[in-house]
Parts: sequence; C-alpha cells; structure tokens
Amino acid sequence: MSEFLAMGGYAAFVWPCVGLSFAILAGLLLTARRRLRGVHRRIRHLNVAPDEGAWELRA
Amino acid sequence: MRLPNWLHKLASPPHFYRIAGRIEPWMLWSGLAAIAVGAFGGLLLAPPDYQQGDAYRIIYFHVPAAYLAMQLYALMAIGSAIGLVWRMKLAYAISAAAAPVGLAFTGLALATGMLWGKPMWGAYWSWGDARLTSVLVMFFLYLGYMLLHASLEERSTADRAAGILAVVGVVNLPIIKFSVEWWSSLHQGPTISRLAAPAITWDMLWPLLVMIVGAVLFSLAVTLTRARAEVLLRERGARWVRDVVAVGA
Repeated sequence: MSEFLAMGGYAAFVWPCVGLSFAILAGLLLTARRRLRGVHRRIRHLNVAPDEGAWELRA
Repeated sequence: MRLPNWLHKLASPPHFYRIAGRIEPWMLWSGLAAIAVGAFGGLLLAPPDYQQGDAYRIIYFHVPAAYLAMQLYALMAIGSAIGLVWRMKLAYAISAAAAPVGLAFTGLALATGMLWGKPMWGAYWSWGDARLTSVLVMFFLYLGYMLLHASLEERSTADRAAGILAVVGVVNLPIIKFSVEWWSSLHQGPTISRLAAPAITWDMLWPLLVMIVGAVLFSLAVTLTRARAEVLLRERGARWVRDVVAVGA
C-alpha cells in the first residue's frame, strides 16, 4: 500500500493531479446542477407574461 | 443553405430541453462509471513506464482534459457559427453552456501538464514551447468569450460578439494539435492519435481510452445540464417554460 501511495517517488506530482481532477469534475457537476435549480427558482418567482421578454433576463 | 428538418426539430427549445433531460443522467452515470474504471486501471493495473516510472500515470488525467479542452472549443465555435449563420438560438445556448466546461478542462490540462512537466522536463512551464503557449491562448479565448458574453447587456449582441470571437479563435486549434510537429517542443508527440500503431502498450492504453470515453460522456452531461438552464433563461417568457418550472421537470 505504501509503495502504491509513494508512486515510485512521484507522489508529490501524481496525487495532486488526481485530487485536482476529481475536484474539478465535482465542481463542474455541482455548479451545473445548482445553476439549473437556480434558474428554475428564479423563473418560478418571476411574474412574467407568457411569450414576452425571452431575451431580456441575463444569467 | 438550409438546415435539415430533423435539426430544426431538435433545435426547438422545448424538444431539446426534454430530450436533453432524458439522456443527461445516462451520460452522467455511464461517464462517472467509466472514469472510475479508467482511474482504477491507470493508477493500479497499468505497469510503470520504463523511462518515466509512475509519473506517467498523470497521462490518465492530463490527456482526457486536453482532448476535451479542444473538443469543447470546437463545439463552442460550431455552435457560434451555426448561430451566426442560421440565427439559431439553441446553438448560441449550447456555445454559452460549453464555455465554462471547456475553460475548466483547459485549466485542468494546463495544471496537470505542469505537474507532469516538473519531474520530466525539470520545469513547470516553458514560454518557448508552442504546445504549452497555444493551450494557454485557448484558456484566454475561453475566458474572453465568457467575459465578453457577460459584459454585454443585450443577449443577442452578446451572443454575436462572443460567437465571432469563438469562431476566429478556431485558428488556434490546428496550432495546438500540430505544434509538436511544426516546432521543436518539450512536449511529447502524439501518443494515441496514431491508432494504427499507438506509442504505448495495450496495458497502458485501455485505461486511457476508458478515461477519455468517460470524460467525454461526463462533459456532455454537464454541458447539457448547463444548456438546459440557458434554454430556460432565454425562453423564460414562453408558456412551456412556465409549465416545466411549475412541475419542476
């Protein structure tokens, strides 16, 4: 196990790479889902007449 | 030139929203499963490289990120071009959705490349290297697209201005791809693009291919989720959006 974690002496380069990759994947997934939920919430709270102003609301 | 009918149907916002919502979970979970298998194979099963030792295992994270950085830029540029030529709102929405995902993967490719470069080249970065510099240019093109898009009040103007930037920036893609062949580079040459005779053995290759497939599926799932949010925002005055939001679909 310790041999695996040592990565042949390159642990200081390999593991940060692995951690950063999974952190970015998690961040991408969470922000995308949060954004979709946020848009749902914003639209639900907006009282807009149908078929008006489709291009006015900014992200 | 006219677009085919099936593309027009797919480009209908409610149709796209519904279809994307159905395929997104399949892409996400199969992508995550492939990434788990690929990471396991790359970190535990693949043998160490005879020259680079275990440091080469960074390839399993760096190559998919670099591949996606370029593919997502191409998607963003194609979406922008379709929007500019055919004024298709959905194409602009997909471009806007792909940009932050592409930016994240470009940043990851740069960071993992630096972590690989230090033990192999003795330096995190070399300004004289065309591959590194051209990928950094792509990072700033993504950033420029997003900042330009966010800075303009009128969405249609923002779509057009940012779209032109994305299309012009396509010239950087062949520079990135062929930079290691056109100029002397610290960066190694193609490893898996030569499918007829890959530069690595199958034991090392399969986890990489699985990681790439997983990363592609994952990035498409995330882009679809963001595109659905974009479509809702842009069509938020339409009756179908109010229906969708009311039922929380």
